[in-house]
Amino acid sequence: MSNPIIESGNVAAAMAVQLARAEVIAAYPITPQTPVTEKLSELIAAGKMDAEYVAVESEHSAMAVCIGAASAGVRAFTATSSNGLLYMSEQLHWAAGARLPIVMCVVNRAIGAPWSVWNDHQDAISQRDTGWIQIFAKDHQEIVDMTLKAFRLAELVHIPVMVNYDGYYLSHTYMPFEPPDAEHVDAFLPAYTYKHALTPERPESLNTVTLPDARLDVDGIKRGGYMDIRHNLHEEMGKSIEVWEEIDQEFQALFGRGGHPVIDPYRCDDADVVIVAMGSMANQFRVVVDRLRQNDGLKVGILALQMYRPFPSAIIAEALQSARHVMVYEKGLSYGNQGALYGDIKSALYPYPARPRLHNFIAGLGGRAIPTESLYQTMKTACEQDLQTPSAQADAPQWIGLQL
Amino acid sequence: MPDPRFKVLTSASTSGPGDAGRTGSWRVERPVIDMSSCIPAKTGKHACHLCWLLCPDNVVSKEIEPAIDLEYCKGCGICAQECPVQAISMVPDADFLEGADSE
Repeated sequence: MSNPIIESGNVAAAMAVQLARAEVIAAYPITPQTPVTEKLSELIAAGKMDAEYVAVESEHSAMAVCIGAASAGVRAFTATSSNGLLYMSEQLHWAAGARLPIVMCVVNRAIGAPWSVWNDHQDAISQRDTGWIQIFAKDHQEIVDMTLKAFRLAELVHIPVMVNYDGYYLSHTYMPFEPPDAEHVDAFLPAYTYKHALTPERPESLNTVTLPDARLDVDGIKRGGYMDIRHNLHEEMGKSIEVWEEIDQEFQALFGRGGHPVIDPYRCDDADVVIVAMGSMANQFRVVVDRLRQNDGLKVGILALQMYRPFPSAIIAEALQSARHVMVYEKGLSYGNQGALYGDIKSALYPYPARPRLHNFIAGLGGRAIPTESLYQTMKTACEQDLQTPSAQADAPQWIGLQL
Repeated sequence: MPDPRFKVLTSASTSGPGDAGRTGSWRVERPVIDMSSCIPAKTGKHACHLCWLLCPDNVVSKEIEPAIDLEYCKGCGICAQECPVQAISMVPDADFLEGADSE
């Protein structure tokens, strides 16, 4: 076991990519992602990483280069944030439809307009329907571990994986973490091979115009049409939850960390009120939960959601069966409707017998501070009202920390 | 290596006749070669073969008497345009339908 070091979240991500032996890095700098790509380019220039660094002119090209590399059977990585992620949106759909196991770190940042370089989750949320697996880290150790596990997952299920971590809260703060040792990582993450890898010896056309109907190929084998291919992506994304759990167990056996790959509950066992959140805010809530239990005698727990797509509906619904109230705090929403995560949780609970009362809070957009005190107060107030609010009113998101 | 429980359906195809369907059905006019003026047919030598070289669908054979595979010829007319001795003419496909006026 290696010794803990103290570094930034961005350097943690770069170290994981180095350990994963990524062979092609194509990235365009954008705040707050920039230090990840800087670190990777330094490692490659210093000969500490055997990879090709492609300095592209845009995020769209960054993903296009990763698609090309992965199609040639090469392990590819990129990272971005905010508008950069949106600029590669078309290519995100392509990478997923082509089933290429690309791994990307998204250092979550608000989307312009107006320009904001600060944190929220709207960038990742806006790309939730691209067919990418989306996971969220809560601290630096999880950034390292999740990025390594993401390569393994992507290559087992052939679906690209987006590792999300909060801009500044995680990307630029320094925290102790243990970098896994290279020997164990090599055992955990075998070399990437791709059965359709482009080679002049066996030419193939990949993802050309695909007819609405299934067809017989030149060898007389029936090949799916567009809809069959997309249905398979949907089905296999759902099955990826189980594979993610298996990978976590293997990781735990080798490195001694893990155990909560999909949801990470804290003091939820006897909780009347369960908070649900993603990313660093979920860790911040642990302090709030402790205070509410200790000072106010309220039975509160926090359920961190680690995997957002595929959405683990059954796992979440089952975890919330004994709660009376569920408070969903999030940094992204579907404008004109409600919090994106809130809507997903509500729909996950629908087929289940117990339907706890749900409450939606929008917090921290564009980096608006989320003082722990304000989380404590909103929770305390909500619990004291015993949540008598009529359903329709409770269903509308409450915005925390507005100043106008 | 993908997990054996996963099918990983993608659109990948090796090139070959019929891979995009019987594209001959797209055709409105078909190329007809006049062997009395076609250079390799007339000289009995492997010469010219520009129709073979320039066909975008690779349906012209490189033979002394070039043959066109009408299952896949889309009737684009490039061969007729490029033939240096105007040996290829584009004839409406309808003329070849059964019962078409033979005039």
